[in-house]
Amino acid sequence: MSASAAVATPGRPSRIGLRLVALGYLALLLALPVGLVFYRTFESGVAPVWEAVTTPEAMHAFYLTCVMVAIAVPANTVFGVVCAIVLVRHRFRGKNVVNALIDLPFAISPVVIGLALLLVYGREGWFGGWLLDHGIQVIFSPVGMVLATIFVSLPFVVREVMPVLREVGDEQEQAASTLGANGWQTFWRVTLPAIRWGVGYGVVLATARALGEFGAVSVVSGKLVGRTETLPLQVEERFQRFDLTGAYSAAVVLALMALVVVLSMNLLKPKDRKV
Amino acid sequence: MGISAHDVTKRFGDFQALDRVSVDVPDGSLTALLGPSGSGKSTLLRIISGLDQPDSGSVVIAGRDVTGLPAQKRGVGFVFQHYAAFKHMTVEQNVAFGLKIRKRPKDQIRARVHELLGLVQLGGLAGRYPSQLSGGQRQRMALARALAVEPEVLLLDEPFGALDARVRKDLRQWLRELHEQVHVTTIFVTHDQEEAMEVAQQIVVMNEGRVEQVGGPRDLYEHPANRFVMGFVGPVNHLGDDELVRPHDIEVMREPADTTTRAMIERIVHLGFEVRVELLLDDGRQVQAQITREQAEDLGLQAGQLVFVRPSRSMVFTS
Repeated sequence: MSASAAVATPGRPSRIGLRLVALGYLALLLALPVGLVFYRTFESGVAPVWEAVTTPEAMHAFYLTCVMVAIAVPANTVFGVVCAIVLVRHRFRGKNVVNALIDLPFAISPVVIGLALLLVYGREGWFGGWLLDHGIQVIFSPVGMVLATIFVSLPFVVREVMPVLREVGDEQEQAASTLGANGWQTFWRVTLPAIRWGVGYGVVLATARALGEFGAVSVVSGKLVGRTETLPLQVEERFQRFDLTGAYSAAVVLALMALVVVLSMNLLKPKDRKV
Repeated sequence: MGISAHDVTKRFGDFQALDRVSVDVPDGSLTALLGPSGSGKSTLLRIISGLDQPDSGSVVIAGRDVTGLPAQKRGVGFVFQHYAAFKHMTVEQNVAFGLKIRKRPKDQIRARVHELLGLVQLGGLAGRYPSQLSGGQRQRMALARALAVEPEVLLLDEPFGALDARVRKDLRQWLRELHEQVHVTTIFVTHDQEEAMEVAQQIVVMNEGRVEQVGGPRDLYEHPANRFVMGFVGPVNHLGDDELVRPHDIEVMREPADTTTRAMIERIVHLGFEVRVELLLDDGRQVQAQITREQAEDLGLQAGQLVFVRPSRSMVFTS
């Protein structure tokens, strides 16, 4: 009895110890480095930062980053929801293979993904030559960067939605069909509302990933300043040129965008009722 | 009219869920599909609803052959054991769902929903979410939702299975009364013989994918077609290899008489008005007799006593 109570509620010293470990870990490895970036950015005031983030190149990098997110995230959301429904609700041969394939972008280094895209769409690649002949340049252009971003942020929505779908079960969908709803009506009125928080979290994670993607995009972009440079690429490029203020400023813009995404999710979610 | 299923067969892999089952449900009746788990009763109900398709056989609802039609087009109301409430909708929106799908005018929907919520006694809870309702209230909401679209038939799959004993009892009675008011042809699935007896006008007893017997509650109890039905619709004692006796058909006496057997009282269980006497016969068989408390007191029965018993009425099923 006393032993189990001790396990359930650890003594005061060990509780404080646990907290110290958890918070210390977060502080040292997360808060401190990010905080330092902010500190160094604004070390010499706001004016140089403002100047660094309003250059035409910086504006373009910001714009291009937004474009990446605006295409990759909706594409992966639609694909993710459809794919999750197929994987959870349907039975078919090779389901396990598809399921494993979804995790590929998690498992493979982004640089390798970038190289793989080069192999397929590059000048000497499988489709690359053919596409170039038809006026579509994939590599060293935003088209390839979007493909790379889609690739790396693909698993998030699927992986967030699948467990929710499984937990919700299909009885509500069956009930809808006995009440006369067709597949489309059932999806919009019953399935989607039931999984909306799963979709929401998936979108947030995919957005955060798409915003920050460096490796794969870096390989296929060609890093043309003012043309194929996203914010993460710009951070690196400025850093390489010893433009520390510029690099930090771009980093801060990126961090703020990510922060807005995460916070907006928390604000949207109702706190009083969990349905 | 009503509902009929003809020669319905369904396999799940190696498991024969239904083996050439035919059932006729009269128009406007309240019928129970009764059987142990795995007997095929829920599968049959789902095939009637269109949620599952049979491997062979046909289903006719109100004179229309609906075999092959999806659930969506059959005009059935279906109530699930675990309610299947739309959790993101209020009670009112849940009940209105089928009417909205049918694009009925708004004021008509509102009137119908309020009428139904009154019928299922949820009038004051229209704005609540399912998570704010008790199990019994959720199931009544599910029933109103199914009735809203004026289905040809109402199908209930173990509707009270997830509720506690008291709520179950209340809802049984309530379902019977509701059926008297709305008169829609209704089939409900249950594994509880008492529930089937209390609620249904006609009972279809199923076992291992086949129909064992169809009849009224009294019919089944008094004239079971076979050993399985007799054992399933009420308690039985086995005397001899083929002879079955209900506990209340065993006479208990202090003195020997014609055809009596000697038995020792092992235990006496008080059930209120009645008393269950657990007996050990000379040949080692255990039987239970059910007598009134008054009889037990008149006989002065006590555990450990020797008494004499005989069946007043038994059934013989040669196997």
